[in-house]
Amino acid sequence: MIKLLERFGLAAPLKERTRKGMPVWGTCMGMIVAARDVADLSQPTLDLIDITVRRNSFGRQIASAEVDLPIPVLGPQPFPAVFIRAPWIERAGPGVEILASRDGHGVFVRQGNVIGSSFHPELTQDDRLHAYFVALAASQKAAKSA
Amino acid sequence: MLKGGVIMDVTDAKQAVIAQEAGAVAVMALERVPADIRKEGGVARMSDLKKIQEIMDAVTIPVMAKARIGHFAEAQVLQTIGVDWVDESEVLTPADEKYHIDKEKFAIPFVCGARDLGEALRRIAEGAAMIRSKGEAGSGNIVEAVRHMRAIRDGIAELTVVPREELVARARDLGAPLEIVREVAEKGRLPVVLFCAGGVATPADAALMMQLGAEGIFVGSGIFKSEHPAKFAKAIVDATTHFSDPQIVMEAQMQIAGAGAMHGLDIRQLSQEQLMSVRGT
Repeated sequence: MIKLLERFGLAAPLKERTRKGMPVWGTCMGMIVAARDVADLSQPTLDLIDITVRRNSFGRQIASAEVDLPIPVLGPQPFPAVFIRAPWIERAGPGVEILASRDGHGVFVRQGNVIGSSFHPELTQDDRLHAYFVALAASQKAAKSA
Repeated sequence: MLKGGVIMDVTDAKQAVIAQEAGAVAVMALERVPADIRKEGGVARMSDLKKIQEIMDAVTIPVMAKARIGHFAEAQVLQTIGVDWVDESEVLTPADEKYHIDKEKFAIPFVCGARDLGEALRRIAEGAAMIRSKGEAGSGNIVEAVRHMRAIRDGIAELTVVPREELVARARDLGAPLEIVREVAEKGRLPVVLFCAGGVATPADAALMMQLGAEGIFVGSGIFKSEHPAKFAKAIVDATTHFSDPQIVMEAQMQIAGAGAMHGLDIRQLSQEQLMSVRGT
């Protein structure tokens, strides 16, 4: 993913737009691409959010699972989170809020206009995370025009 | 997740790393690439487990491995060692001439080949999570993949326009369960992703198949039977990603200019016994 972003000149504009406040949401591989760095790998990233992720940390395909994940910012009802060869967050910088954890590791984080999730919300019918992102985008826009 | 990506056949860890570096979304571990299976003959089985383990250790992207058609014990072994996907593949020598694996029984997903809509829907009914065209593996000739992709897409298009009362008879003719036929008729697509496989040898081949409706590409012998695998791998990824932009496909094709694409075979000169795509229906 990062290889193609670099090869076709998208990495620099993405970083620039994000720095200017464009709302960004990385899921699974997208969160890895958005992270500052990757544990034990010298893989390049976009460094949009101050976290270190570990790839495939919950296991291979066979360990993929849908878990009921408590995400307080989305309300009391747990969120059906689909983890597929998912990364976890090994380190989060001081500006990063950890909004959900699984097995003691962050799996949903936010730093300003950037959010990251280890799991795949697009694979379930629960749209609360999408609504959360849309609300984040709307508040960014309001802040900009204010 | 693999959508829009290229999955490459590899026979060892070194090739897997080349594939990953080029931007493959997954690798397919197998004992010999189809072109060699074709040439050397003999029984083609699931890959050597040591090789599979080495490949899994060498890359961070998903690792697929092939099991023989109907050989559920090979598939069980592959699931147990930890591969991410199983390809129940006609490229290997079939273990069962009548039945495919009951894929519902497994926790990991399966990909299966198909030549037409009926075959695709039967595999989905058995539990396949991805369908790929069969093409004619190891031929370096795209003609069969085109035939299969068009047949599958035409079959889908037809279902979307026939009156609902015809669907029972259509299901009978297709040899596929009615519920899945109804779902395809309503949605105008398969309930799983549709990739292309079998005969992709150049970036333009990949762009052709993507424009014909493939959602991703398998490249078998096309990469490691070319003279410059790393160049071919990268060029095919570029062309697949930007399949609708002839400028980028041209540049991808330029990257491999003079780099020696694999030598292809004329399918019409193959005997019935040499065809892999007719294995398993």
